[in-house]
Amino acid sequence: MSLLGNLSLDAIPFHEPILVFTMSVIAIAGLIIAGLITKYKKWGVLWRDWITSVDHKRLGVMYILLALIMLFRGFSDAIMMRAQLALATSGAPGYLPPEHYDQIFTAHGVIMIIFMAMPFMIGLMNIVLPLQIGARDVAFPFLNNLSFWFTASGAILINLSLVFGEFAKTGWVAYPPLSELTFSPGVGVDYYIWALQISGLGTLLTAVNFLATVFKMRAPGMTLMKMPIFTWACTWANILIAASFPILTAVLAMLTLDRYLDFHFFTNELGGNAMMYINLFWAWGHPEVYILVLPAFGIFSEIISTFAGKRLFGYKSMVYASGAISILGFIVWLHHFFTMGSSANVNAFFGVMTMVIAVPTGVKLFNWLFTIYRGRLRISVPVLWTLGFMVTFTVGGMTGVLLAIPGADYVLHNSLFLIAHFHNTIIGGAVFGYLAGFVFWFPKAMGFKLNEKWGKASFWCWIIGFFVAFMPLYVLGFLGMTRRLNHTNNPDWNMWLYIAAGGAVIIMFGIISQVIQLYVSFRDREALDDTTGDPWNGHTLEWATSSPPQIYNFATIPHIDDIDAWTDMKEKGQAYQDKANYSPIHMPKNTSAGVLMAASLTVFCFAMIWHIWWLAVVGLVGGIAIFIKRCYTSDVDYYIQPDEIARIEAAYNSSGVKELKA
Amino acid sequence: MSTLSANLDSVSHDDHAHAHDHHDTSGDTVFGFWLYLMTDCLLFASFFATYAVLFMNTAGGVSGKDIFELDFVAVETAALLISSITFGFAMIAAQGQKKALTLTWLFVTFCLGAVFIGMEVYEFHHLIVHGNGPQQSAFLTSFFSLVGLHGLHVTAGLIWMTIMMIEVAKRGLGKATVTRLSCLSLFWHFLDIVWICVFTVVYLMGAM
Repeated sequence: MSLLGNLSLDAIPFHEPILVFTMSVIAIAGLIIAGLITKYKKWGVLWRDWITSVDHKRLGVMYILLALIMLFRGFSDAIMMRAQLALATSGAPGYLPPEHYDQIFTAHGVIMIIFMAMPFMIGLMNIVLPLQIGARDVAFPFLNNLSFWFTASGAILINLSLVFGEFAKTGWVAYPPLSELTFSPGVGVDYYIWALQISGLGTLLTAVNFLATVFKMRAPGMTLMKMPIFTWACTWANILIAASFPILTAVLAMLTLDRYLDFHFFTNELGGNAMMYINLFWAWGHPEVYILVLPAFGIFSEIISTFAGKRLFGYKSMVYASGAISILGFIVWLHHFFTMGSSANVNAFFGVMTMVIAVPTGVKLFNWLFTIYRGRLRISVPVLWTLGFMVTFTVGGMTGVLLAIPGADYVLHNSLFLIAHFHNTIIGGAVFGYLAGFVFWFPKAMGFKLNEKWGKASFWCWIIGFFVAFMPLYVLGFLGMTRRLNHTNNPDWNMWLYIAAGGAVIIMFGIISQVIQLYVSFRDREALDDTTGDPWNGHTLEWATSSPPQIYNFATIPHIDDIDAWTDMKEKGQAYQDKANYSPIHMPKNTSAGVLMAASLTVFCFAMIWHIWWLAVVGLVGGIAIFIKRCYTSDVDYYIQPDEIARIEAAYNSSGVKELKA
Repeated sequence: MSTLSANLDSVSHDDHAHAHDHHDTSGDTVFGFWLYLMTDCLLFASFFATYAVLFMNTAGGVSGKDIFELDFVAVETAALLISSITFGFAMIAAQGQKKALTLTWLFVTFCLGAVFIGMEVYEFHHLIVHGNGPQQSAFLTSFFSLVGLHGLHVTAGLIWMTIMMIEVAKRGLGKATVTRLSCLSLFWHFLDIVWICVFTVVYLMGAM
């Protein structure tokens, strides 16, 4: 038993030129960033104002930053796969050996779902939700910081697998018995388990936190049915997280026991049942896709009503439709494995339930259309994303209904038709939604708007690239090509594989446009400055604050009389009013406990992956000790005094009033 | 619930003396903790479902009928159920600001919990040395995991209770401390309810 468990120099893949190149790029980029921070003496600011921050707005920004970084990683994986499949036709081997290719498609799935889409969604929710309900922070600000660092820990673990050892070669679902020790003896599946486990814990805590926030901290007068629609959508998503993520925790724990202690939950021998894993996995996994897409629906609703200059059509039906989707989302999981061989009646039930989901989704689509009807729709970048979504998602929804027919599923399951379907809904639904929300709320979070021209360029590259990349996959599915193939030998498929690779390149230009957009907007931030805090003539309370919002969000908590609270205040002439006297505002203090605890548990996870038992004990005990110490610290809050509030508010209100007059 | 009104209602902020007190967020804390317990409930539900699927897969080894001793488990169950009552007494004492009495009842609860865990460890040890460890079959895997998961929770509860006893002894029964005791109390009663399900589904139905 060595001091470093199974970890040795052999674990670092020096023999893989692609990985060595990746590592060098990451190392150089990291050194440059560290150098710049040192040069401008920003380490202190970074630590005090960001890493240890409990401010929901700053945590939101950090979540989105994490999501964007992981989007680059996940997209690199995607374009490598498309390139491999375009090269490895007609029996050619391509440039990625199977054991590397398998890791890439697994990493792509895990990263895009868990470390890109989830942090993006949670980031937007962090920035916007407390503002929309007129709260000064979330219910448990420290927990919010901790959740972020748990998510970041998972992302760090998954990227460590590039340098030390390998990642899982099982596909992002890690089905046993393949993911059992017998068939996956390396550390890949262990990276998968611990990265998902720790980030899943973070997500679960986020859901608990935001549910408590929404149910306990709404501004006076804001009844549940007066909550902004994005807040409602996030609330449904949080209910889904609270109800489904424990199942993921359980199933990962069981796989851990199988792999570490020779238990027999899912093994082939001694009575284990691999189908139990698959059932539990999708009992989490299917609600998970609605967790991703419901907040995106909320974003589209906010955008469409803002830019049509109208109240959202069918607010109540929107809320109930989200609820129906949430409940139905829990009774469709079996459609992921119709071929398990349940009876025809069982398959029929799950097939019908799956099709029924199209009804509330259809309700939403018509609500958006009716909101546009007789409105004056301003075609801005967020609206482009919304319109693009409405077309793209409808196609994805229809292929979903097609797959919901068990008979058809027997033919199409595990084919590229399925891959095309879920990318159609997740990119066309969730990702377009987050990118729309990114443009929409960027001025709120950062204080300046994003450049329109590059935003439009990005949108057109994304949507054209999407259709060019994924429509061929529907065809390939019909032509019989299954997923996760490393190389092909069927001349009929070649043309479609080339087109799909071209589509990925177009999407790459979309992503490059976004990077340029960020650069150009930052350069021109004075010209794009948002002085009023309300750049789009918004409806809801987040626009009633400055951009970026004051640390305390609201100097005085407004009383809410309408769903579109800010529109209501503007109409009544209550906007931008100085108050005579402010009261001290109670705020939580920043704390390093969250990041230290997450770091300690990351060490624990890494030690578990490499069987370094002494280090695992140190990491776990350290993490628990930091948590207990934090629980018994009483110096956790402070007050902002009235004179300071008056100064901040006067500056903000005067610029707002100037804008109103102009 | 003065929390929210204090936090959100601007009127109450006019009273400076009040505003400078530490904010009472106990209602939010207990609600948040209750939400967490509901997620924990689903964690147990997943293990229960797995047990229900796997309990017949004994792989030629022992079944529940062969290894469960109801008399033994009855004593174990009684210890845990009584500990719920004694925790209730501790909470009544805490609400009445009776520090010594609170500590006494917490100590009694702790001892009962320790008896429960001690008996569970004995049972597990007994099974393992007789060649019926969790590695022997899917039934034993799911049995050890479900019961062990509950046992881990109770152990965490005992550690938490120890810390709470130190806190009560050192700091007395301030508002924050009573809130923490309320959370622990919810946790403890929740584990009792889960145990009733474990006792029924695993032991009673298994031994019958």
